[in-house]
Amino acid sequence: MSLQDFINDAISPWMNNEGNDSDIVLSTRIRLARNLEQVPFPTSQDQASQQKVLQHVEQEFNEQSYESFKQFQLVKMGELEPIEKRVLVEKHLISPNLAENTETGAVLISENEQASIMVNEEDHLRIQLYYPGFELSEALQQAQKLDDWFEERTRYAFDEHKGYLTSCPTNVGTGLRASIMMHLPALTITNQMNQIVPEINKIGLVVRGIYGEGSEALGQLYQISNQMTLGKSEEDIVEDLKSVVKQVIESERKAREWVMQQSGIQLEDRIFRSYGVLAHSRIIESKEAAKCLSDVRLGIDLGLIKNVSKNILNELMVLTQPGFLQHYAKKSLHPNERDWFRANLIRERLQLEQYKN
Amino acid sequence: MQCQKCQQHEASVHYTQVVNGQKKEVHLCEQCAHEEGYMNFTNESLSLHHFLTNMFPFDQAVNQQPKEQVQRDQGMTCEGCGLTYAQFRKKGKFGCSQCYETFDSYLNPIFKRVHSGNTEHVGKIPKRIGGQLHKRKEIDQLKKELQQLIEDENFEEAADIRDRIRTLKQEIAESEKGGDA
Repeated sequence: MSLQDFINDAISPWMNNEGNDSDIVLSTRIRLARNLEQVPFPTSQDQASQQKVLQHVEQEFNEQSYESFKQFQLVKMGELEPIEKRVLVEKHLISPNLAENTETGAVLISENEQASIMVNEEDHLRIQLYYPGFELSEALQQAQKLDDWFEERTRYAFDEHKGYLTSCPTNVGTGLRASIMMHLPALTITNQMNQIVPEINKIGLVVRGIYGEGSEALGQLYQISNQMTLGKSEEDIVEDLKSVVKQVIESERKAREWVMQQSGIQLEDRIFRSYGVLAHSRIIESKEAAKCLSDVRLGIDLGLIKNVSKNILNELMVLTQPGFLQHYAKKSLHPNERDWFRANLIRERLQLEQYKN
Repeated sequence: MQCQKCQQHEASVHYTQVVNGQKKEVHLCEQCAHEEGYMNFTNESLSLHHFLTNMFPFDQAVNQQPKEQVQRDQGMTCEGCGLTYAQFRKKGKFGCSQCYETFDSYLNPIFKRVHSGNTEHVGKIPKRIGGQLHKRKEIDQLKKELQQLIEDENFEEAADIRDRIRTLKQEIAESEKGGDA
């Protein structure tokens, strides 16, 4: 797959598959932080050692294939235009932090974009793996295999007592961050998130709103992930997260039922109004777009809106961000122009759905 | 109430944070709050930094030590990358794997706060480095279980565990003889 493909398609190939509980869980992510033995961390700002790491990855892993991941392609930050980098950030293939490292930053991307390994981010290697839906065990297993593949040709910095050594004390030990992205409109509408979030925080997990600040999550998307990386095995970390996510899924399902029973017509009205806004508006801000997309997705999951594909939330959430908009417009856009362009793009995408049927 | 850091001015910034269910309150004067970065809520990367600097055993450890030692420790430098302890405290990031040894005596309180009281890795071990480490860790764990079983007078299971430990020890001895570590 070429760089142009990575950038052109808003939807990574893996996103087209439907995972478990995909009415609520959008994606599962596993990230492993790893560093090479006896090489200062990227945080030390030592250019020579970062070059060494980059060369090692390029020599050993660029255009190499590994099992179902197929071929990996190395993309260097220094060779990308700012808009291209922004697109990769919006697809979550790289972090904004990596995009800034134009000297030695790079990313190794698998053919289906399910795996991406950031080079010279905060740690030498950040192995990331995405799965559609709720797939924690499988994701962990595959991430471990990918890690083993790297380990065959790499000596990791590891300490008997402290585990995998990382730049940040918050990652030491397993270096594992497991995250679940969830769409929780009913829990948000019924104001239950305010109670659920502190409860989840108490047991060492973190809840964040995606694409938004603090508790007010844009598009009612939340990410739940582990905070602790030391003193617990990878399997236990994943199991604990899994049991919490299962409870949240149950609560969301109950809340959806309850809202439908209590105020079905109001909910239906809200969903179809949002559908109308997306289908007909000429100017739309990202915040409004996110809210409407969330409503429409809920409408699809509840069976109220038919003939529109479920993926629309995932896809348009990515597509309507500034980087992608500008990429599609093939020029940089003024914020006002973006709102106008965003509305066009959403309308066209919805028309495409009707065409398909 | 006095400022926890300088112990001179009246504390006017009160900050409460909950980490892993443990509530922690910080009371600082305005000047110290600025220095510690509590007054800036706009930048997100900074907020992680607050979170981290707050993890440091600064207020407890430092106030109990003589001033000379504090100064010496602040200037403690990692030979691997040149990072000083003061820089580490400020950035909240290590510069290389050697930093873990250099600042060792200060790190466990930090790890405990971030990782719910834990300081020992129990997860994956790289195969290449691992070798006998897996087995040795398993033996340590089994010994603890054995102790408990003996205390509970559960001798049947204790015998099984004892056999398992013996087998592991033999395996280690054999592979060390063979030089296949």
